[in-house]
Amino acid sequence: MKESKAPSLGRTPAQKFFDKWQGLFYLIPWIIGFVVFKAIPFGQSLYYSFTDMNFFEGIHEYGLMNYATAFTNAKITKALITTFKYAFITVPLKLIFALFIAYILNFKIACVNLFRTIYYIPSILGGSVAIAVLWKAVFRDDGLVNTLIRMITFGHAQGPSWLSDPTYALWIICFLRIWQFGSAMVLFLAALKGVPADLYEAATIDGAGKWKQFFSITVPMITPIIFYNLVTQICQAFQEFNGPFIITNGGPRNSTTLISILVYNYAFKSNEMGMASALAWIMFVIVCILTIIAFTSQKKWVYYSDER
Amino acid sequence: MGMKASNAIATFFKYFVLILVGLIMIYPLLWMISATFKDNSEIFAGIGLWIRNPTLEGYQNALNNFGGSINILQAMLNTYSYVLPKVICTVVSSCVAAYGFGRFDFPGRKILFSIMLATLFLPQVVLNVPQFLLYTKFGWVNSPFYLAIWVHTAFATETYFVYQLVQFMRNVPRDLDEAAAIDGCSSFQTLYKVIVPMLMPALVSCALFQFMWSCNDFMGPLLYVQTPAKYPMSLFVKLSMDGDTGFAWNRILALSLISILPQLIVFFCAQDQFVEGISAGAVKG
Repeated sequence: MKESKAPSLGRTPAQKFFDKWQGLFYLIPWIIGFVVFKAIPFGQSLYYSFTDMNFFEGIHEYGLMNYATAFTNAKITKALITTFKYAFITVPLKLIFALFIAYILNFKIACVNLFRTIYYIPSILGGSVAIAVLWKAVFRDDGLVNTLIRMITFGHAQGPSWLSDPTYALWIICFLRIWQFGSAMVLFLAALKGVPADLYEAATIDGAGKWKQFFSITVPMITPIIFYNLVTQICQAFQEFNGPFIITNGGPRNSTTLISILVYNYAFKSNEMGMASALAWIMFVIVCILTIIAFTSQKKWVYYSDER
Repeated sequence: MGMKASNAIATFFKYFVLILVGLIMIYPLLWMISATFKDNSEIFAGIGLWIRNPTLEGYQNALNNFGGSINILQAMLNTYSYVLPKVICTVVSSCVAAYGFGRFDFPGRKILFSIMLATLFLPQVVLNVPQFLLYTKFGWVNSPFYLAIWVHTAFATETYFVYQLVQFMRNVPRDLDEAAAIDGCSSFQTLYKVIVPMLMPALVSCALFQFMWSCNDFMGPLLYVQTPAKYPMSLFVKLSMDGDTGFAWNRILALSLISILPQLIVFFCAQDQFVEGISAGAVKG
């Protein structure tokens, strides 16, 4: 990073000072934003997590009670487990699916742009309330999916109550996210196009089959994108709120109550902001640990073609 | 079995998978569109797109004012009255910050840049409670101008876009800056006469993504908009859904479709920008 040096001769000390620091001048809004809207709230929420902060009553007590409650309260531990389940179902399936489809699209396929557009639409709209409403209609007891099941079996089988049965509800919420694999797929597709064709030619001459090529050439060459997708998807998965909040509101029997929903309920329904902050911090630490694991493990499996 | 036959099978398999997955992706949306023209007894009677008794009842009811203080047009207006400032503030402030990060060297730049990268991974959930208390203190909660929802974006708080623009800026040749400096441009003039025009495609792509995400945003309005008359689409659709699931599905689906119509139009007009925008930031990272 070098600043333009062109008119550096014959400048006064004041001008030189300005030249040196003017970059910082452009960062003033960002610095204010970072301090006011991120750094201070970040510290405050850690502080509140050790108090019994209530929106109306303020703080009366300090200590670890929120954390103690978090790991003993059955509802909260269940939400933690559910959040893990959600993330470990959604992230791998979404990535495998995205990679698989991108791999197919990367062959000489007719109408590739049409397919790409169709796969991508859910990613753009999927977070909206409208799509949550649609999901409710599709997975209702007499919704699209169950009508399809009845049709295929000529009326012999009745599909389950997807959204009111605790065994299925979480899967339906997961499926909403997996359905939005388009943005990850677009990234994979761009990465696949960057894999040099001569690698495949060499492998074909050596007699490697398509599957062998996929696992020994394609996957290693695109590990940087797999890594990027993995980290961003984990961060998103642990924060998921809209789907379970709008579609099932955490139910049935708390089977879709993710940590983010509990944070919302504690903070903005029962005004227990201390407790909410503690839960948010537990989640944050979990995401941090997973991110650190990903970053430290990348030396072992992520292949960067140019050393940086 | 010859080479030709196995190739034909492979090709068939590829298209079979692509079309099947494509159907799973798009069919619910197509079904939704057709359902908005069906009457309520027909919607769940089959899975087809064919409409036996086409009716506009769903749309009429969706557009009807049910006597509350909010209707669909008002909700639409409310949505865009914070989405637009949010998009503009995000693009301008992110561009300025990216310029500071990407084009200058000063003591501490590296540290600030790593802080910026770290905030990419900072979950919003951790910040919600203190931010809510802060905005309460500022009097921004339930403000008629939705201050709590968009003002922070004027301070480049949407780190993802700052990061993306820094990435894009690397591709703008530095010679251009230097030529501008020799011609006597100040660094600010260089920004808006050289950098901004060169970055235009990237800025458009950021604006498009921010537009989509802000329209979809549910948490923001949920926390910071409490007066029903000021509800944006996301809250209005949720409210209507809670109000009448079970009987008026054509109304609620029509309402949902109308709520995403502007986004669909924007997407179809600018799909390439979306695809390029999403690829650029990560691949070059």
